[in-house]
Amino acid sequence: MSDKVLYVMYDDDEVLKNSAKKLVAKGVKISEVFSPFPIHGIDPIIGVKNTRLGIMAFLYGLTGLTLATVGMRYFMIVDWPMNIGGKPNFSYLENMLAFVPISFEFTVMCAAHGMAITYLLRNKTLPGMPAQNPDPRTTDDKFVMEIRLSENHGVTEAELDGMLQEIGYLELDKKELK
Amino acid sequence: MQKEAAIREPLILGHKTYHDVTEDVCRPIEDKAPKMWYILFGIALVIGLYGVGSIMYLLGTGIGVWGLNKTIGWAWDITNFVWWVGIGHAGTLISAVLLLFRQKWRMAINRSAEAMTIFAVFMAGTFPLIHMGRLWVGYWVMPIPNQFGSLWVNFNSPLLWDVFAISTYLSVSLVFWYIGLIPDFATIRDRAKKPLAKKMYSILSFGWSGRAKHWNRFELVSLVLAGLATPLVFSVHSIVSFDFATSVIPGWHTTIFPPYFVAGAVFSGFAMVQTLLLIMRKAMGLEAYIHTKHVEYMNIVIMVTGSIVGTAYITELFISWYSGVEYESYAFINRATGPYWWAYWSMMTCNVVSPQLMWFRPLRRSLLFTFFISIVVNIGMWFERYVIIVTSIHRDYIPAAWSMHFPSHIDIAVYIGTIGLFFVFFLLFARFFPVLALNEVKTILKGSGQSYKESPDYHKHH
Repeated sequence: MSDKVLYVMYDDDEVLKNSAKKLVAKGVKISEVFSPFPIHGIDPIIGVKNTRLGIMAFLYGLTGLTLATVGMRYFMIVDWPMNIGGKPNFSYLENMLAFVPISFEFTVMCAAHGMAITYLLRNKTLPGMPAQNPDPRTTDDKFVMEIRLSENHGVTEAELDGMLQEIGYLELDKKELK
Repeated sequence: MQKEAAIREPLILGHKTYHDVTEDVCRPIEDKAPKMWYILFGIALVIGLYGVGSIMYLLGTGIGVWGLNKTIGWAWDITNFVWWVGIGHAGTLISAVLLLFRQKWRMAINRSAEAMTIFAVFMAGTFPLIHMGRLWVGYWVMPIPNQFGSLWVNFNSPLLWDVFAISTYLSVSLVFWYIGLIPDFATIRDRAKKPLAKKMYSILSFGWSGRAKHWNRFELVSLVLAGLATPLVFSVHSIVSFDFATSVIPGWHTTIFPPYFVAGAVFSGFAMVQTLLLIMRKAMGLEAYIHTKHVEYMNIVIMVTGSIVGTAYITELFISWYSGVEYESYAFINRATGPYWWAYWSMMTCNVVSPQLMWFRPLRRSLLFTFFISIVVNIGMWFERYVIIVTSIHRDYIPAAWSMHFPSHIDIAVYIGTIGLFFVFFLLFARFFPVLALNEVKTILKGSGQSYKESPDYHKHH
């Protein structure tokens, strides 16, 4: 089934936000917004949920901490306890203070890299990926809303055009998707 | 959009639009490089290659080519290592700590400061690696199963903590920097006209499209990375200071080292940022984005951290006497009045006296004066590390073993070489990368731009 996509362009983030508000109030579903920088407050309007990457970072960090603890306990206590000035070398807890710096560093390393890799994968932004913004100006100073007709069964194309005329825009581009 | 008080100086001067920001940052990348760039690049490359050659010679011959001796086992190598790591502290501090504190002025400087950080940590990492003498067994610092029986690296040793600290710091800074670069590379990609440039920036920008969901993730990832990098900044130089503080050498064995090293690192890092940015803003025409107010803010950081460093110097001097340990007090008397008195007093003048001049508003807003002081501070901070390392060990417990350190030709060549290589990297960065976080700057244009702040509507709405 073919689908029609409307790209509505603005040259100001605030104007786009106000127009999006009006459209959504009329029951129009906006599928995507492309902008050169984050527009604060657009997410709840167009129904973008908050990311859960923060939770992932915490879990990656926890993994790092566990790996560091298990690793250091094995290397320094179980496998080859070193005699350093006759200090106790048979228990992890009594040696724990010396292991704090590496536990911390390894936690941060796993949390940061784990989150960064997840971020790139979830975004599908990887080396060699093609750009998907509808207009090259959206990484400069233009802001574009994407409205798909297939997601808006309640309104016809003509009605949508009318609404957009009333609300105002800078440029309107329509594309047939196959 | 966030408004701010009218009396705050605008962060972006002139009447800029979103498009102007893009133009101003992309123009130096898209235009032909000026002649001066080639000249500077040539000089840096020659010096850098001389350093690389000296390192090759060192690796082929052994670290006996340095001026080290039986008493002084650490000198220029570790001084340079700590100096470079210290310089590498400003970038992540600016982008992480200032992000958490919502300091908007960071946006104009964080990109280049972080680039500087990464290149400085590269240079720092070179020194411990070549100090091993046998570079090819450098991987022995990793806890990997090996053919020597179950022999592991010593996790109780601050030197191993340092391996983890520096590698975490370098890799996390690199990731933080690159995640911020992706949207800006996309901007350059979408403007590029030459096919090769388009292809290159297309690969570098990972196909970034600026979707609302992606920006939502971007903001959270930046915030969490800042949260992770903030304790990292403080931990890295604390751990570097443990290399000394956990030893039993008088002059090194002091509990004040971690905070004092961290303050010193931020101090020297900001000085290096000033040195580089004062030239870069002029050469690349970025005066509207990095102006007197930014320089003043950074000078205030230099003044505060310089005062912490000064207090630490005086505290350790006092405590060495107050401790009643004669070896401890001798270490400090020897620093100030012994054969290395000139290094000690250079350090005191450059690091304690010079930042105090920043209390005067006209001085800290003077670009020429700032440039001068930034060089002075970097010289002072090099001497600080030299004083701590060499003067503490050159006269040990047995007077018969007392010695002096004289740098060899290779000592000097490797050090100067790393400065050359650093500038090679930095000049390449300035030529091909967006030196300003241009898309981030756009977010503060309406809140902190001059033309918006001066318009009569600014304080009406919201």
